[in-house]
Amino acid sequence: MGLTAQSTGLYAFLEELRRSTVPADAVVALAGNPNTGKSTVFNALTGLNQHTGNWPGKTVVLAKGSYRHQDKNITLVDLPGTYSLLANSADEQVARDFICFGKPDTTVVVADATCLERNLNLVLQVLEITPKTVLCVNLVDEAKRKRITVDYPALARNLGIPVIPTAAREKTGLAELKEAIHQVAFGRQSNQPKRIVYPERLEAAIGRIQEEVERLFPGQFNSRWVALRLLDGDASLIQEIRNYLGKVPAGLAGASGFNFSPLGSN
Amino acid sequence: MAVSNLANEFDRLVQKARAERSKLGAVRDQVVQALYCEAQQIAGRVVKTEEKKRDLDRIIDNIVTSKIFGYPLMLALLSVVLWLTISGANRPSALLADLLFGFEHKLTSFFRWVGAPAWLHGVLVSGMYRCLAWVVSVMLPPMAIFFPLFTFLEDLGYLPRVAFNLDQLFKKAGAHGKQVLTMCMGLGCNAAGVIACRIIESPRERLIAILTNNFMPCNGRFPTLIAMAVVFLGVLSGGAHSLVAAALVAGAVVFGVLVTLAVSWTLSKTLLKGVPSTFTLELPPYRLPKIGPLLVRSVLDRTLFVLMRAVAVAAPAGALTWLLANLRVGDLSILAHLAGWLQGFGHAIGLDGFIVLAFILGLPANETVIPILIMGYLAQGMMVEPDSIDALRAVLVNQGWTWLTAVNMMLFSLLHFPCATTLLTIRKETQSPKWTVLAAVLPTGVAILVCFGLTQLVRALGLV
Repeated sequence: MGLTAQSTGLYAFLEELRRSTVPADAVVALAGNPNTGKSTVFNALTGLNQHTGNWPGKTVVLAKGSYRHQDKNITLVDLPGTYSLLANSADEQVARDFICFGKPDTTVVVADATCLERNLNLVLQVLEITPKTVLCVNLVDEAKRKRITVDYPALARNLGIPVIPTAAREKTGLAELKEAIHQVAFGRQSNQPKRIVYPERLEAAIGRIQEEVERLFPGQFNSRWVALRLLDGDASLIQEIRNYLGKVPAGLAGASGFNFSPLGSN
Repeated sequence: MAVSNLANEFDRLVQKARAERSKLGAVRDQVVQALYCEAQQIAGRVVKTEEKKRDLDRIIDNIVTSKIFGYPLMLALLSVVLWLTISGANRPSALLADLLFGFEHKLTSFFRWVGAPAWLHGVLVSGMYRCLAWVVSVMLPPMAIFFPLFTFLEDLGYLPRVAFNLDQLFKKAGAHGKQVLTMCMGLGCNAAGVIACRIIESPRERLIAILTNNFMPCNGRFPTLIAMAVVFLGVLSGGAHSLVAAALVAGAVVFGVLVTLAVSWTLSKTLLKGVPSTFTLELPPYRLPKIGPLLVRSVLDRTLFVLMRAVAVAAPAGALTWLLANLRVGDLSILAHLAGWLQGFGHAIGLDGFIVLAFILGLPANETVIPILIMGYLAQGMMVEPDSIDALRAVLVNQGWTWLTAVNMMLFSLLHFPCATTLLTIRKETQSPKWTVLAAVLPTGVAILVCFGLTQLVRALGLV
């Protein structure tokens, strides 16, 4: 399928990912607030196997890298650091589009252990899009110095996803992180993420719209989240879904829904 | 179902969601609130902190960003910084001036001794060197005090709080809350402020921030404001010069903020229509800055950088002005001819021809406006070296200045077109000659309007 003028951006980047020399067994997105040591985690995981790719049309450069774990090639994409995914800025839009439309096999959210509350906002927003999420709580060494203690098992229970404490600068917790990514990416563990409950009237409206999203795009997006974004009138997401539709090969768009796997993994 | 059908159905769904939304109220607010609530609850359950500092931060934030204390505190801090700058810079400025103008005599003797022609001495010593000496002695001490203080507040974590306080006002003006941060940068240098506008994502709000950044007096214009405040207005009150002068300069900054808001509002209602976008602003923990690195950064990176730029521009500007002031056409210098043409316009807005000319010739760098002005005045025959505030005052009074002239000079300096460097930066950032021209025309229009209005009012009331 050819690239249309509209479908540069995300799809051009994905195309490039797919063409990379080492075929990826799984694609993992790395999200997180700025200043959480996200890049340190990225560097610690991928070492020197890194490239940067341009996000066409936006002045956002994404770094990607790879590592091997248990005989699988994992490609890691370092998304821009953002506080939210509500698409207030180009960075947030890129991060959101990648998680939603790029359909990474796992999304790792890197959080700062010293100010977890602020970071949890982004975690909860990612969980609204995809359950295939791992929370990496970084800078635990700094938190210890500041006498902040976090109950990680309780956090994992509350969020319904694996939570891995790390100190990427000291290279601690990375093996556990790789293993958790592996478990989620290859479906050995399925998460039951925390669901945000909205005010009653909003929930009712979400229900009505969600039904139709599910009918139009069966099994393709998180219909609840898309419904919520539509109700919020998120113009950039609406545009991106139109782009996504433009990418659908006409022949495949059967009534049963098309099996469009943009990453072409495996 | 073909793709186009799917697209149509999707469009219908978007319409349906829009209809639902109109019945729901502010969806975004409900979403954000639910997210924050959940995050707070989870964090409350799993995070234990023994740290007292965070609580202290919160207490400080409650005061610093409170509705009652927020604004007075900002004003007080601004005034204190300016007062420290003005009163602290006074003596070193005088010392530097003594030193540098003393050296001018040595230079003059040297030129006589080697028998250099008078025009060479004029261009190099009376033009270039004197302009440099003025720029250095007037600008260096205030900057060496202002920049470390400013950097201190920045490192302390106070600036994001200022943005937080002013966010509501800017939102009402249809602008972006982060514009405040770019304005803070503008206090140092407008070109830097314009570049800082990159932190604003929405092109509409970024343009507003770029077009209005000039209303924050940069370090090139602070000396003009301070000199005017000290020379003329501070004297009125007798004793406490520096206090009154600081209050006046602080008032000028506040006026600059008000004009920024007014112009932003106008732009967002006319040329740049739209709704302000929301954003997340991190209020970082307060940190006591490390004095060593702070001094290195503020003195080397900022003070010396701005000073070198000023010097690089002041030297040729000084030489050019000397030539204009000393080359005669008929029985008047070129400078006087030009000033004569501008006299009518200058008088209408409460200035004079020489002042308007100094602002025009000062386009490359605002720092040179006062040296050019003085050179223009002095070339008319009165040979006083402006090596002290009193001497400067004498020169100006001799030219028929009143307090109104000084006020208008402050206002015009605050509001007029940005310097050439800033304009070039705007050209680069907007990629558009159209917006660049507007960035020069708009503030100049405002400056003329304000000065004209004030002058006519004061004259009509017979106050001068």
